[in-house]
Amino acid sequence: MRGMLGEYLPIALLAGLALLFAVGSLAASALLRPSRPTPAKLAPYECGIEPVRLPAGERFSVRFYLVAMLFIIFDVEVIFLFPWAVAFRELGLFGLVEMAVFLALVLVAYVYVWRGGGLDWSAEGPRPRATHERAREVVRAG
Amino acid sequence: MRVELAPIAPELLLVGAGIAVLLGGVLARRADPLAHLAVSLAGVAGAAAASVMLWSREGATALAGAVAVDRFGVVARLVLLGVAALALLLAHHTLARDGELRPEVPALILFATAGMTLLAVSADLVTTFVALEVLSLSLYVLTGSSRRLVSLEGAMKYFLLGAFSTAFFLYGVAMAYGATGTTSLGGIAHALAGRTETPALALVAMALLAVGFGFKVSAAPFHMWTPDAYQGAPTAVTAFMSAGTKVAAFAALLRVLDVALQPLGWDWGPVVAGLAAVSVVVGSVLAIAQTDVKRMLAYSSVAHAGFVLIGATAPGAPGIDAALFYLLAYALMIVGAFGVVSLVSQGERGTSLEDHAGLYRRSPVLAGLFALFLLSLAGIPPTAGFIAKVSVFRAAVEAGHWWLALVGVLASVVAAFAYIRLMVLMYMREPVGHREPDPSPVPRLVLAIPAAGTLLLGVLPGLVTDVLGKAAVLRW
Repeated sequence: MRGMLGEYLPIALLAGLALLFAVGSLAASALLRPSRPTPAKLAPYECGIEPVRLPAGERFSVRFYLVAMLFIIFDVEVIFLFPWAVAFRELGLFGLVEMAVFLALVLVAYVYVWRGGGLDWSAEGPRPRATHERAREVVRAG
Repeated sequence: MRVELAPIAPELLLVGAGIAVLLGGVLARRADPLAHLAVSLAGVAGAAAASVMLWSREGATALAGAVAVDRFGVVARLVLLGVAALALLLAHHTLARDGELRPEVPALILFATAGMTLLAVSADLVTTFVALEVLSLSLYVLTGSSRRLVSLEGAMKYFLLGAFSTAFFLYGVAMAYGATGTTSLGGIAHALAGRTETPALALVAMALLAVGFGFKVSAAPFHMWTPDAYQGAPTAVTAFMSAGTKVAAFAALLRVLDVALQPLGWDWGPVVAGLAAVSVVVGSVLAIAQTDVKRMLAYSSVAHAGFVLIGATAPGAPGIDAALFYLLAYALMIVGAFGVVSLVSQGERGTSLEDHAGLYRRSPVLAGLFALFLLSLAGIPPTAGFIAKVSVFRAAVEAGHWWLALVGVLASVVAAFAYIRLMVLMYMREPVGHREPDPSPVPRLVLAIPAAGTLLLGVLPGLVTDVLGKAAVLRW
């Protein structure tokens, strides 16, 4: 028990040091700096862009999430493909079949979303069944 | 590399049928619900046949120790596949009636079933986790599959608490790995056996895994999501999830307790006994306070989780035998009870106790079926529920937990009030309002299957004791 916890001692030390450094830096800068606030100084820093507050209660279309999720799925697919390609010869036929099964399953998900109208962004086009009306119902009731 | 696929052939067939239904729904010009039902049932039947084929080849584990090949797994799978077939038939009828049937519903039921059957045979905590997620994610969506707000509310609560419990489970897996250096159930048992002092990490792992499983089987005090999810889900889906999740999660729990943590029997015994006692009392008492039939049955399912846990406190084959019989009986009666509710109610209307008043006048068949399932839930002979309760109490007493059996008996007396009050309402009161139950004969025929099973197991329990006795030995 003691031996196992002992292995974690360096991690605990590092975590402690990191915490000390962060708190220490903030404390030092708060003590040493002159305090002359202006509205521009107090604004949150956002990569040079004027910070904009989104209108309260604005809703994102659920399709943003759908596209984001599809992106992640294909991203993960590629992440799996690279190491497989590197070790292709060692894995042999087994690896090929496994990867084909994996790709086929991802393709099924893609075909489902595509044919179900999930990628259709035009207002007039075929709407995704049900999801649309459900979203409206929630908005009305909520 | 040779891969032996026969041990997971049932899951492959279920997933294959699910994908076929899913793609058929979006690719076919006109989706035909009957064709979807036929494909789904064919998938379930194929999976059942593939499971039966595994009966004779009782081995250790397959697929690099990921799944167990044993008769326990075969029996658990067959119970789950039966539940899935009944749920598919009920969902096809009642959701089409309420205008909520979409191809995704049978597909998700098939995916969830695949997760459940995989959960019942997993021999590695990582497989357990994957199976748990497959079944949970499908059920979250199914719970919210109707367009009603109460359904979405139930799905949201189920999802949040389910994700929370998954974190507990995963942390437990990590602790078990930390304590033993392996995640395979057999490996954990091997590493824990023969030690003079129990590593603290193993105890932490046991506690966290117990919390994770407690959520999934809805044992008190981890039952908070149950009434809302059961009430919100379309009733046919409730029938599926109440029976399926419990059978699958208990099968996995029994494997974890009696295989992986078997060397820690003295440590988990009191924990399981405590959970069991709290569950039977909380479930039974709160079932009385409900005015909605679905919520009442939800609390009753909490109590029934407690009764299965009472059986599980007996270590080894006697406990597994009793728990397995209880799960079989419970699956029959809860699917039947929710099935009747799905015919009496429509959508979210008609599920209150008042709506069941005078049901005998309106539909003697439905009232009779419901009465039978309620008697079985209450544990009154000659039904399967009675034999099941007797067997878990006997297992607990023989293991020395007589106080637990006493708590169980007292709780069943309390719970009987809730069931009998509903029967009094159905038979001795005049109907209120103008709501008529669903008149179609096909779902009544479907419900006759669990009804026949409930009666048959109550009168002739010997029919299955031989099979269950052979299945009560876990291999790893």
